[in-house]
Amino acid sequence: MSLEIKTNVIQPRRHTYDHIAKRLGADKPASRYQEGTWDLQPTTNFHYRPTWDPSREIYDKSLTAIEMEDWYSFNDPRQLYYGTYTMARHKMMEAEENHFKFINKSNMMASMNEAWQQKVKEFLLPMRHYEWGANMNNCDCSDKAYGTAISQVALFAAMDRLGIAQIISRVGLLLDDSTGKSLDQAKVDWMENDLWQGVRRMTEDSFVVKDWFELLVAQNLSMDGVVFPLFYQHFDEAGQQHGGAPMSMLNEFMQDWGKDEKRWLDHLLKVTAAESPENAALLSKWASVWTDRAIEAFTPIASHVLGGGADEAMTSIRMEITKRAQKSGIEI
Amino acid sequence: MAEKRKKKLGIKQRYSMLTRGLGWDTTYQDMDKVFPYDNYEGIIIHDWEGWEDPFRLTMDAYWKFQSEKEKKLYAVIDSFAQNNGHLGITDARYVNALKLFLTGVSPLEYQAARGFTHVGRQFRGVGPRVACQMQAIDELRHVQTQIHSMSHYNKYFDGLHSAPHMHDRVWYLSVPKSFFDDARTAGPFEFLTSISFAFEYVLTNLLFVPFMSGAAFNGDMATVTFGFSAQSDEARHMTLGLEVIKFMLEQDERNIPIVQRWMDKWFWRGTRMLALVAMMMDYMLPKRVMSWREAWDIYFTEAGGALFADLARYGIKPPKYADIATKEAEHISHQAWHIFYNYTHAAAFHTWVPGKEELDWLSEKYPTTFDKYYRPRLEYLDKEEKAGRRFYNDTLPMLCQVCQIPMGFTDMDDPTTISFEVSEYNGDKYHTCSLGCKDIFDYEPAKYVQAWLPVHQIYQGNCGGAEVPDVLKWYNFNLGADNLEYNGSPDQKLWDEWQAHRKKA
Repeated sequence: MSLEIKTNVIQPRRHTYDHIAKRLGADKPASRYQEGTWDLQPTTNFHYRPTWDPSREIYDKSLTAIEMEDWYSFNDPRQLYYGTYTMARHKMMEAEENHFKFINKSNMMASMNEAWQQKVKEFLLPMRHYEWGANMNNCDCSDKAYGTAISQVALFAAMDRLGIAQIISRVGLLLDDSTGKSLDQAKVDWMENDLWQGVRRMTEDSFVVKDWFELLVAQNLSMDGVVFPLFYQHFDEAGQQHGGAPMSMLNEFMQDWGKDEKRWLDHLLKVTAAESPENAALLSKWASVWTDRAIEAFTPIASHVLGGGADEAMTSIRMEITKRAQKSGIEI
Repeated sequence: MAEKRKKKLGIKQRYSMLTRGLGWDTTYQDMDKVFPYDNYEGIIIHDWEGWEDPFRLTMDAYWKFQSEKEKKLYAVIDSFAQNNGHLGITDARYVNALKLFLTGVSPLEYQAARGFTHVGRQFRGVGPRVACQMQAIDELRHVQTQIHSMSHYNKYFDGLHSAPHMHDRVWYLSVPKSFFDDARTAGPFEFLTSISFAFEYVLTNLLFVPFMSGAAFNGDMATVTFGFSAQSDEARHMTLGLEVIKFMLEQDERNIPIVQRWMDKWFWRGTRMLALVAMMMDYMLPKRVMSWREAWDIYFTEAGGALFADLARYGIKPPKYADIATKEAEHISHQAWHIFYNYTHAAAFHTWVPGKEELDWLSEKYPTTFDKYYRPRLEYLDKEEKAGRRFYNDTLPMLCQVCQIPMGFTDMDDPTTISFEVSEYNGDKYHTCSLGCKDIFDYEPAKYVQAWLPVHQIYQGNCGGAEVPDVLKWYNFNLGADNLEYNGSPDQKLWDEWQAHRKKA
């Protein structure tokens, strides 16, 4: 037997918005992701050209060499719109917050070998600036991207990178008794230390990349493709023999985030490459150039942390990026 | 013990370390190449560190607060849908305010999201950049939650089915669209002056708030819950608006005349767009909140007066033509409603002549003008409709080159004479509805001659065809359902059936 609450049933006159029904192929109930994403961006009859760049329209397909018949061919496999996005991130952050609390309460950082504490300061803390660069680049992609589907994933990624930069900064504050001295030193390293100049140069060069899709590939596939496995797996493992357990806990957010980034990014690349051989060729070119650069730029810091193991780590990282790209139809 | 010895950072210091500390001056690439757009407007910034963070939210706190608000909001939206919340509104005429909101205002939230993303990348100061990025993602929240709240109404009422398509095409929606296009095509400082200051700070109580109060008064729980949920976001946006103004004014006195001109421009452009809100408040709400005149007196004359008194120490004067705008508050809602009454066959919402009690309310709220100028006209239109001669205007109106409203507004000292101004540019004549719009045109004619004026475009054959029904199909209107008089509309018919059914039950 089942319970049945009697309700006043009123037949709806339509099940979703017209533009959504058109994309679904029929008037049927749509998801919140679909209603909150599809066709939101204006596409035509713009009134004025930007005074800051009169060569383009406010929303303009020609801001990338990539061509798509339909810029909503890509849909976020995570189905994130603002509501689900903030809820998902809050959940990740809640776990991270508990790690911070636990480590702080048990003074666990002190259990880490002092030489390794110093090492963490040297390799991790300058990365707050790298993350800030990733924030700028994703913000730029979100600004210039065509269509809400891609623009919103890039905006979420931009905010995430600010969040990660802040997590890294908090690690610094744990290590320096909240004086901020470690962060000041990390900035000096970022600006002056030879170990970091390749990374900083690459980051600054990425700031002036004109084509937003190239920038998206450079930042999220190539640079992040090196950073997330190198810093949060290889370096993490290297820390194990130095009492690096607290760092492993704090790395959890970044490890999860790296996996989450791959989900949307690899799907986006796959959809884009499948559209045309021209798209695939462009993506291959960008991925090749920027992956080479990223490997080269991060090699000094890899050697600093992993010593003789750096070559092996970088080779496996390169293979991983190549494999992922291949799965998306991109040859590196 | 070890824990106690640790020095706890103050909020301000901690926030500064977690945001401003992240940025650096680039050396491998020229800063002017990395940030190419933040100095061409003539605003001089000596020290970006002089920026006072208007609110201090790190991402962990942002995700926490916002996800909690979202959970609560979607619970209400779900329950509203499950319980047929639309049956609890005062009257189906109310839904026309939502149609105006979803097609006219929600797309602006999207434009705001993209505009703040742009400036959130382009300012070279880290402080303003972070504040703008947070507003960008907030605005994405607003457009998405509005679409989700109104999704239920779309299932039961006409005129809500194609907001993005209509926003890009329909004649009266070019008023809000051109407003935002204007802001987005301006430089980053002007963008913040227009949207953060004029729109969010000075005018928000006359735009966002009336719609939400209207929802509260008319039993629309879904929309009013959205309004409450967005309130703390809006408060943050307002503080950003005030900060950017103070920042520019404090950095260099040469910024003052530029900021003043932007304030004059965006105040006027804002009040023009508010004509749509004015008629919504006076005519479209079955249960009225307050008259437009009262709202103007409280939120502009009093609150705005205090604000500009405060800014006077920087050498800022109240916006030019504020006196004319205040005179307009007596007339603008009636004139705007009349324009839409004329052209409701080409609009995606219904119009009607208010009932007797509603006319009495208007007479009471506008004692010196309504009975003299507007009531007789409405009573005449009512008589004509009842005699089977509902009036529709079959000609196309001339539009103001700047605000794009049909040139139906009058001289405010003589409400029987249409107001218009003429400018010449490159040998052509351009018409504007007012001195305020003419000033805006004359300062940047090369910008405003680009305007995509719907009536011109229809006459040029760019809008689906030569006949009005062709154009309306191009707008994606369901003819006979989305448009025309409210009396006799499918919305009205269904509403009456639902109410009759409820009474029976």
